[in-house]
Amino acid sequence: METAPNFTDTGNGPASIPAAGDKGDNTMDADIRYPENTVGKPLVDDAKMRMRDVNVFYGDKQAIFDVSLDIGNNEVIALIGPSGCGKSTFLRSLNRMNDTIDICSVKGELTLDEQNIYDPKLDVVELRARVGMVFQKPNPFPKSIYDNVAYGPRLHGLASKRYELDEIVENSLRKAGLWDEVKDRLDQPGTGLSGGQQQRLCIARTISVSPEVVLMDEPCSALDPIATAKIEELIDELSSQYTIAIVTHSMQQAARVSHRTAYFHLGRLIEVNETNKVFTSPDHQLTEAYITGRFG
Amino acid sequence: MSKTTEQVRKTLARRYRAEKRFRAMGMASVLFGLMAVVVLFTDIIGKGHSAFVETYIQLEIRWDQDELYIDDPTDPDELAYADYDALIKNALRERFPSVEGRLEKRNLYKLVSSGAGYTLRDRLAENPQLLGTTETLWLLADDDVDRYLKLGQEAQESARLPEQARAWVDELVQEGSTDTRWNASFFTHGDSREPEQAGVWGAVAGSFFTMLVTLALAFPIGVAAAIYLEEFAPKNRFTDFIEVNINNLAAVPSIIFGLLGLAIFINLFGMPRSVPVVGGLVLTLMTLPTIIISARASIKSVPPSIREAALGLGASRMQVVMHHVLPLALPGMLTGAIIGMAQALGETAPLLMIGMVAFIVDIPGGPLSPATVLPVQIYLWADSPEASFVSMTSAAIMVLLGFLIMMNTLAVVLRKRLERRW
Ligand SMILES: Nc1ncnc2c1ncn2[C@@H]1O[C@H](COP(=O)(O)OP(=O)(O)OP(=O)(O)O)[C@@H](O)[C@H]1O
Ligand SMILES: [Mg+2]
Repeated sequence: METAPNFTDTGNGPASIPAAGDKGDNTMDADIRYPENTVGKPLVDDAKMRMRDVNVFYGDKQAIFDVSLDIGNNEVIALIGPSGCGKSTFLRSLNRMNDTIDICSVKGELTLDEQNIYDPKLDVVELRARVGMVFQKPNPFPKSIYDNVAYGPRLHGLASKRYELDEIVENSLRKAGLWDEVKDRLDQPGTGLSGGQQQRLCIARTISVSPEVVLMDEPCSALDPIATAKIEELIDELSSQYTIAIVTHSMQQAARVSHRTAYFHLGRLIEVNETNKVFTSPDHQLTEAYITGRFG
Repeated sequence: MSKTTEQVRKTLARRYRAEKRFRAMGMASVLFGLMAVVVLFTDIIGKGHSAFVETYIQLEIRWDQDELYIDDPTDPDELAYADYDALIKNALRERFPSVEGRLEKRNLYKLVSSGAGYTLRDRLAENPQLLGTTETLWLLADDDVDRYLKLGQEAQESARLPEQARAWVDELVQEGSTDTRWNASFFTHGDSREPEQAGVWGAVAGSFFTMLVTLALAFPIGVAAAIYLEEFAPKNRFTDFIEVNINNLAAVPSIIFGLLGLAIFINLFGMPRSVPVVGGLVLTLMTLPTIIISARASIKSVPPSIREAALGLGASRMQVVMHHVLPLALPGMLTGAIIGMAQALGETAPLLMIGMVAFIVDIPGGPLSPATVLPVQIYLWADSPEASFVSMTSAAIMVLLGFLIMMNTLAVVLRKRLERRW
């Protein structure tokens, strides 16, 4: 394991921009404004997943540049940044969902519990059972609510008896805060639920296989404030058992649910810090510009 | 009023006019299509309906052992080869005693179908005790008689029936000794040179076996190819090349497939001619592109978010296909397959090339016995000189259309049934 590069951790005030700091605050002359390395604390001691020098390409086009980041055990980390900066791309490389895109290639070292997840010896099926994913748009299977949640456990043979499966389904739905709303109609189609319920169903489906890490890509972008509040509550509860990485466009949401926040900009990881710090006194000018709403 | 509103109002009338014009054009096209269908159906039904009934003549048959040349009535061989036509000739002569002369008698004998003797044979085989008795029987009339009676008063002039015979037939009609009955033999017999004995059953069975072979090969191969191309194949030059060629294949004239089948299956592999297996293989080649293209389209229409969800849970690609893609794509695949099969069912040209155009009387017993198929049967009858084959042709077309309508209905029903309503 290589050591973390020398990160500038000034602690107070925006970090100085390498070269050309003399340009005005509002000129977004990207090339010269990137810090050489991520500022803040991208690395932690008790890491569940470690990413080192990750570069992701779509064909010839590079979407992620030299990102190094740790995700701690039982931590909720929020990934924020302007649209198109590569948050989803980065998140999807954590459970190799990018494998499904032919032109996408991921370079760098990514580990889960010190095990390289791009190791050809590691089966992608096992990886995805351990690193679950909730997508931006609710995508329940066109099957019953029960079958939606039971699909994962059945796939991996987690329950041999019917009552065991029933138990897993009930527990998952309870954890997702959906049980009371659907317990009388488990045999009805999952697609017949409201958007917010569907998203919670998808969360129940993801946690039904008891993953160690849950990746969430803008899970609330299609939901109203009440459903959003429910899911945020849920993330809070889940964080005691799971490690969660959540992509969000809502600063408030990031502030509410996450422990640490990572700010991405045009494929580069600019800053990672305690959520509190990012939203009160960010280390980097770009971060500050983003959270104060000057762009993005 | 703002400038935009003004401008909008000005163009409004024009837009509505354009819409109206377009609607009228659409209606006209639909009406034209409907009219074509109505004309087609009235023509076919008008010509073909008479083939579903046929004329019978009542005759007094004497089961005379001497006339039949039977020595030992218990010997089945002798019964089988006895001269049953003699009984009919006798009966006719007795019915019209005034007829003299060879030629006239020949005309007289022609009133009854040449197949009537077999009816008598079968009857005697079942009831041997009839020998020596006399009974009144309804016997199938010759197609010329049938034709003459089916034509209207004025058109009867053009019938092929000789002048004399018309008088006899008129006499029989007046006496009530003729009858039109449901033409069951049309649905139970194979082809024949005699229109009144010919039926479509041989062709239907041939079509059935051919379609069976086609379906058994084309559907699995087509679906497997489509799944591979959509879900597993890497997107590169080679798969692009394959894709283009599958689309090209769908546009190849069917007779080329027939020539290909002749060259490969019959000349190279030495398979027999005129058999449904080879027909099925040729039609498989022809139907495959249709099935592959429609199956790929229905696989494509499965939302990618479903695949992602399953992959994200740790399903393998094969499991994603089996658990999610196939069930969702199946209705579309089946519809495509049935439409492909319907095309194949109506296909004539490639089957001519591999010899399924032969004159085959026997009902095929399996995919390996010589057979013809419905469209080829239609082609054959349409080519026959006997006037009765005109209505037979139309009747066979009705049968073929019936099957096609059934298959298309099945496609719609299956799609409605299998389609997930959620
Ligand atoms: N399948 C793909 N093929 C090619 N380029 C892609 C693909 N997916 C994403 N990209 C490119 O990669 C870059 C990062 O995209 P990504 O979806 O990761 O952004 P994002 O940060 O998630 O944006 P958003 O907040 O809008 O979801 C973008 O420039 C995008 O155009
Ligand atoms: Mg995204």
